[in-house]
Amino acid sequence: MKALAAALLLLCTALIAKPATGVNDAAIAAEGYPAHLSDYRFFTDLEAATPAARVEPYTLNTPLFSDYAEKHRYLYVPQGTRARYDAENIFDFPVGTALIKTFGYRQNGRFRPLETRLLLHRAGGWVAIPYVWNAQGTDADLKRAGTRIPVTFTDPSGQSQSISYAVPNQNQCKDCHARAGAITPIGPLARQLNHDGLLQRLAAAGLLDRAPRDAPRLARWDDPKAPLESRARAYLEANCAHCHNPQGAASNSGLYLDWRQPSPGFLKRPVAAGRGSGARAFDIVPGDADASILIFRMESTDPGIAMPELGRATVHAEGVALLRKWIDTQPKGSAVR
Amino acid sequence: MFRAIVPWAALAALFLALPAAARTIHVEAGPNAQERLQAALIEAVPGDVVEIGAGRFDLTDGLSLDVDRVTVRGAGPAKTILSFKGQLGAGEGLLVTSDDVVLRSFAVEDSRGDGIKSKGADRIVYKDIRVEWTGGPKPTNGAYGVYPVESKFILIDGVTVIGASDAGIYVGQSEQIVVRNSVAQGNVAGIEIENSRHADVYGNTATHNTGGILVFDLPSLPVMGGGQVRVFGNSVIDNDTANFAPPGNIVASVRKGTGVLIMANDGVHVFGNTLSGNATSNIMVISYRQAFTDPRYNPYPRRIVISGNTHGRAGFAPQFPAGDQLAAAFGGSIPPILWDGTGGPELGLHVDDKVPVLSLNLALAAPVESAKPALATLSAPESPKPQPVVLPESMEAAAK
Repeated sequence: MKALAAALLLLCTALIAKPATGVNDAAIAAEGYPAHLSDYRFFTDLEAATPAARVEPYTLNTPLFSDYAEKHRYLYVPQGTRARYDAENIFDFPVGTALIKTFGYRQNGRFRPLETRLLLHRAGGWVAIPYVWNAQGTDADLKRAGTRIPVTFTDPSGQSQSISYAVPNQNQCKDCHARAGAITPIGPLARQLNHDGLLQRLAAAGLLDRAPRDAPRLARWDDPKAPLESRARAYLEANCAHCHNPQGAASNSGLYLDWRQPSPGFLKRPVAAGRGSGARAFDIVPGDADASILIFRMESTDPGIAMPELGRATVHAEGVALLRKWIDTQPKGSAVR
Repeated sequence: MFRAIVPWAALAALFLALPAAARTIHVEAGPNAQERLQAALIEAVPGDVVEIGAGRFDLTDGLSLDVDRVTVRGAGPAKTILSFKGQLGAGEGLLVTSDDVVLRSFAVEDSRGDGIKSKGADRIVYKDIRVEWTGGPKPTNGAYGVYPVESKFILIDGVTVIGASDAGIYVGQSEQIVVRNSVAQGNVAGIEIENSRHADVYGNTATHNTGGILVFDLPSLPVMGGGQVRVFGNSVIDNDTANFAPPGNIVASVRKGTGVLIMANDGVHVFGNTLSGNATSNIMVISYRQAFTDPRYNPYPRRIVISGNTHGRAGFAPQFPAGDQLAAAFGGSIPPILWDGTGGPELGLHVDDKVPVLSLNLALAAPVESAKPALATLSAPESPKPQPVVLPESMEAAAK
């Protein structure tokens, strides 16, 4: 029986295995979850993060704040296929696509990866899985249940911060990435990728079918030259709207913060905020950031209060400052919803 | 040849049997409980039972379950204790987002946010569950004890919730709901049915809350138009805890000593309950009293029937402006049924209890200070009784 099992295992391995060059398409497509990040062969040199063929780095105009972690993003689209451009929604990615996102911090000037999250497009839909890097930084191991890692880093103001960094579990991935129950990417939108010729580069690399010149563009939240309104709305879009939309995890709150809302949360009463209300009556009080629940929850790190609920052990001081300024400059009493 | 065939057949049988056979995954208390328990909840497949052993589990993060047809079972609500005292992240203790889940025989203590939330989780059963904030009523306690929302078919049976700073047992934006044989104690709201349709609330005890049982609708939510609710055979007694809800929430406006509160709902029947020791009122029927702009929203209570309830002492310290003078004018306590007096006979309010009804004669959204209290007779024709809620048999079987 033992020998038979071993023979079966060999047979299975032989069926799945391919020459060990290029990305391991079978690992992306097959059921189950490979034990190590290296199994996917997204990088020809994993430690140095040298991308394999058809693995392209990308950045977003306005990313989600995650405890000041530095994020390195890559897109892989299999040979012979291309993602279909969409001006408004997430691109139509072919089955076999992988989105790879490594989170880490600079320690003594050198990037130290903590975790890599994968979004894999399988025949049955997208799956999200976290991998946690080993102490040597040579590979990352599957961690479906998530974990916590003590981290000390220097924030943009020069202050040293020590936090318990949370690697999300697989279900928590879904908290942010689910639309009406199905997992979907959040970032790769035309308006997020439209900067510095990135769309054109992805098209030239054969990962994207086209890169229209008139693609929409989301403001960079930290671009001092962009209008305050655009920056604030971009921040809400990237940090809140993945849950706060009619099909997201916060649908029952009735607070929608996506870019389509004309005056999001203005004079809207909370529904299930509990002590997250901070004794304030409305989500956003135009002209009065101090009276706005949104600011109260952004400024808290208490898990019963803090928003977003996941991945925020620190306050994003720069983001809070932006939204405070935006709320304070709204005309008082505007737009009762 | 024969010898070779036998193991192959056995192997084939094994492969065939694997997906169908329900497994029981045991998780015992001890080190690294967070990861072991969360891993079990993630790796479970439909049909599995995750059995949590007796003892205390010290958890650092919210747990979550997203697999259909999983039963999570402990050794009893006093024996298997999931403690979130040291919680560092997530908005609730346990989050369920899958269908046909049974939660049974364990306790959730001291979660930083809500206790157990289930969202979009159809046919969920909460059985013999305890959710408690162990430090007594405090505004820093989590908001909801058990919190099913946006779901169809919900059974809450033999559940105890103590100390929630909003509602102990809260059902929101859902339909086909049964809350029975449960205890809500020392919460701001004991049991709350909000923006929901077709609910039976019976055989429960709501005591020492600020308000006992609340049925209402709020504006500007994805799901509105709540109604068809039966509240019967409950003990709603001595709801005497000062309101400790964080201001800004709707329940922060609930008056201490409220027994049953019906606000902005359609077709609510309250019958055969025992109510006493509620200092403001045993039963209140009111309209939504804040400004709103949602054109889909109806702020009035409609087609409400109150009959055959047993009233003990009530209204002896009504918690609204000049309430004490009013009580004195009525010889020490105001009548046990209170109506805000907003609207007229078209609302279809019908009271059959053998006690007087006090109307405050308030205009819609007018301040309580403008009340013109007077006795009222609510004798509109009795609206038809809502149909009993019938849950799928699988749910009743799971709660046996």
